[in-house]
Parts: sequence; structure tokens; C-alpha cells
Amino acid sequence: LSTATRITRATVIVVTAGSHHDTPNGGYLDAATAAPLHPVARQALLAALDEGWADPERLYTAARRARQLLDAATAATAQALSVREDEITFCASGTDAAHRAVAGALRAERTGAIVHSAIEHSAVLAAAAAHEAAGGAGSVVVGVDRHGRVDLDAFTTAVRGRAVGLAALISASHEVGTVQPVEAAARVCARVGVPLYVDAAASVGHRPVPEGWSILTASARKWGGPPGVGVLAVRTGTRFDPGEPAPGPVNIPAIVAAAASLRATVAESAAESARLGTLIATVRDAVASTIPDVEVVGDPQDRLPHIVTFSCLYVEGEALVAALDRHGFAVSSGSACANRTEQPSHVLAAMGALTHGNIRVSLHPGVGERDVERFLRVLPGVVAGLRAETGVAGL
Amino acid sequence: VNVEVLDCRGQRCPLPIIAIARRMPELPVGTVLRVVCDDEAAALDIPAWCRMRGQEYLGTAQNPDLEGSGHAAGSYKPGITAKSYDIRKIG
Repeated sequence: LSTATRITRATVIVVTAGSHHDTPNGGYLDAATAAPLHPVARQALLAALDEGWADPERLYTAARRARQLLDAATAATAQALSVREDEITFCASGTDAAHRAVAGALRAERTGAIVHSAIEHSAVLAAAAAHEAAGGAGSVVVGVDRHGRVDLDAFTTAVRGRAVGLAALISASHEVGTVQPVEAAARVCARVGVPLYVDAAASVGHRPVPEGWSILTASARKWGGPPGVGVLAVRTGTRFDPGEPAPGPVNIPAIVAAAASLRATVAESAAESARLGTLIATVRDAVASTIPDVEVVGDPQDRLPHIVTFSCLYVEGEALVAALDRHGFAVSSGSACANRTEQPSHVLAAMGALTHGNIRVSLHPGVGERDVERFLRVLPGVVAGLRAETGVAGL
Repeated sequence: VNVEVLDCRGQRCPLPIIAIARRMPELPVGTVLRVVCDDEAAALDIPAWCRMRGQEYLGTAQNPDLEGSGHAAGSYKPGITAKSYDIRKIG
């Protein structure tokens, strides 16, 4: 077969699989990795590709047009995050923003260690490790409880320790959804003069931005914006050295699309969070009651509305992902075999949760009730089928 | 205490957990099952399995003592990364 024929055939299969769903992305249940593009983002992106391609630093008409678009996008983003426009820097991704956040704060502190929860995003852990590798102080890792909520007493003790330059606490777990006590942690940090960095990528657009932080990052693809836009917000007065290189000429069309979709997502978030929260509650209950030997993890109440994680005993996470994909459902897994690093999820590990047979389901506006119902009809058979294959049913 | 050894070296999760689940019903209550593993996920999944199945997780050791009664003499080749995990059957 020629490549073109293969691609055409693959496309036909994909289209057929998608037709079972309420919307074209109804079977896509991995919004916590990257949400499908919000319709507003698509419109804004196309318009800004025509209007905002020039370099905003130049002095001619096309440059001024690009500058105006960037300024408007910055203002909209600042308003949605409740920060000042001059506190915002657009970055190449959420990961890039996280690295700049940690490096910028610790560069300003020079000798300081970083205190962080055991369930930070890997980008934050990598940034902390990079700081240590470059001769900086090490990390103090604070554990979490069975639901994945940081131990606030241990966090407080660690932040009060000697030579702490930065504290980091994720707003809510991107893997299990548990909301973190950010505002309480911020009060602790404020009392001892340690800046608090909050990675809010998982929660922006789903919950209000918490208060009291010094540095915050987010990622547009998590809220329905395009990939390749990270946001770094540094509160005025925070000791912060951005260092070199600066993010450089930014992708204005993508930023415009990110800002437009952020505004739309925040405007819709009250209603949408209630809808998704109900669907996730249904999934939690149904998984626990229809699948034997399953552990649903994360806080059942104080959680992000759109995420649920569970682990099925005696099943490979990778096999589950593949089997669900054959049924037209996209999910992610924290199991070692399903990850490029071949390491089990450090979040599940910190919680003491089962790491094999793990699946994370995360919803977005394009997932309807019927999609979730179909997922819940398919899932028990998929798990039972995999268990039967390896002869572990009833163990 | 009767110690039984279960050699799961070279197995990736969930295989060691499946091996434990298969072996456990054959053992009398009070037996310690010493699981030898070189898969990192086992360090997390063995305690989790014990919690889910109501068995007692006793802890882990870096240099496994393989003198349990179920161990066939001479079959064990020292592995650098292998650890042992002890589970007491309590029900």
C-alpha cells in the first residue's frame, strides 16, 4: 500500500470510531493532558493568523496591529487570572513556564532550598532537580495523605526550616484531582517570607484561582487553548530573577487563541464544572460498583470536577489504554508500563495507591452524558476481558 | 515463623502481584511470604495489595535472606537490584 492509501484507510477507521460519540471528541477522555481546542480558540487563532503575524516590537502598521492583539490577549489573561497585566509572561508551554518559575525564584534567592509536595507535576520536579544539579540547594519533599492532599503540618515545618528560598504547591493534583490547601499554605509562607509558587495548570478554567501566591503558572492546552502557550505570573514585589534567555518573540496567534478560550472557559466554568462534576461522580460510583477489585483514588469531594483516577488489580495499565483505544476512548495511565520513563506515577506512589492497572479519565466540554454512559458500559467488559486473558479473574 | 520464598525477579508489575495472589491461598495462616522482586513498582504495589486484601505487610529488605522453606537450594543467583518484601498471611 502507498502511504497515502494507508493514511486514507486509517482516517476512515478513526471517523467510524468517532461516530459513536455525541461530539467528534466525545471519546477523548484525556483533557487533563490536553483539552480539544475550544471553538472560540479556533476562531481567534484563524483571525489572529491573518492579523497578528508581524513582530510586535517593530514600528510599522502591521507590527502595531500585532502589538494591539498581544496587549488585548495579555489584558484578557490577566483579568481571568486576577493579576496585573505587567505580572504576566507568555512562555513556550506550561513546562517552560514551570521551569522559569522555579529557576527565576531560586536564582533570586541564590542559596535557598525548594520545599515542594511529593505530587508536583514532573516539570516542577525536573526544575527543582536542575537547580540542585547546577549547584543550588536541594529539595525538601513533603508527603501527602491517602487522598493525595499535602500534609500541611509537615509543609509548615519544612517552610519554616533554614534557608528555604521557595515553596511549591500544585493547585490540585493533575493526576488524581485532589484540591490542595493552597491558601493555607500561602498564609504559612507569607508569615516566614518565603514565596509560594503554585502550578495551577490542572485547575485554571475549572476552579477559581486561589489567592496568596507569589508565582503562578498555567498551560493553555489544559483549558482548551492551543498547545505551545504557557503563562507565568509573578506578583509585583516577589524576589524574582527571570534570567536569560527571555522567552523571545512570542506566538501571538496562539496567545490570542489562548486568551480568548480562557475568557470563554472561565465564563462557562460554573455551569460546566457542575456538569462535569456530576459526570465524574457517576463514573466514580459506577467504577466502584461494577468492576471487581478496583481502587478509585483521590478525594471524592474536594477534587477537580473533571478528573477521576482508578486502578484495577492484576491488569496492565498499558493494556487497558490500548483496549479502550480500540473502543474509541482515549485515557491516560500512571502505570509504569504505560509511561515513556517506565516509572510508575510518583503521585500514585506518594499516595500509597496501587500503580498497576491505572487509568485517569478527564473530561472536557465535548464529552456528553451518552459518551460517559457508553464508556461505563464498555469498561467492565474490557477489564474482565484482560483479566480472563491472563487467567487472573477471581484471584 | 514459617517463611516461604517467592522469586519474582525479572517480572514486571502486575506479574509479581498476580504470583502473590496465586500463592497466598496455599499457605497456612501465620506464614510469611518473602517476595523477591527487581521491579520498582512492586515496592508500591505489594503494600497496596496487602491493604486491599487485608494481609499484613511487614516491610522490605535490600539484601534478601532466601533461607525460607519454600526456596530450592542453589536456584537463587544474587541480583544487585533485587529486594525482598515480607507479607504475613493473617486471614
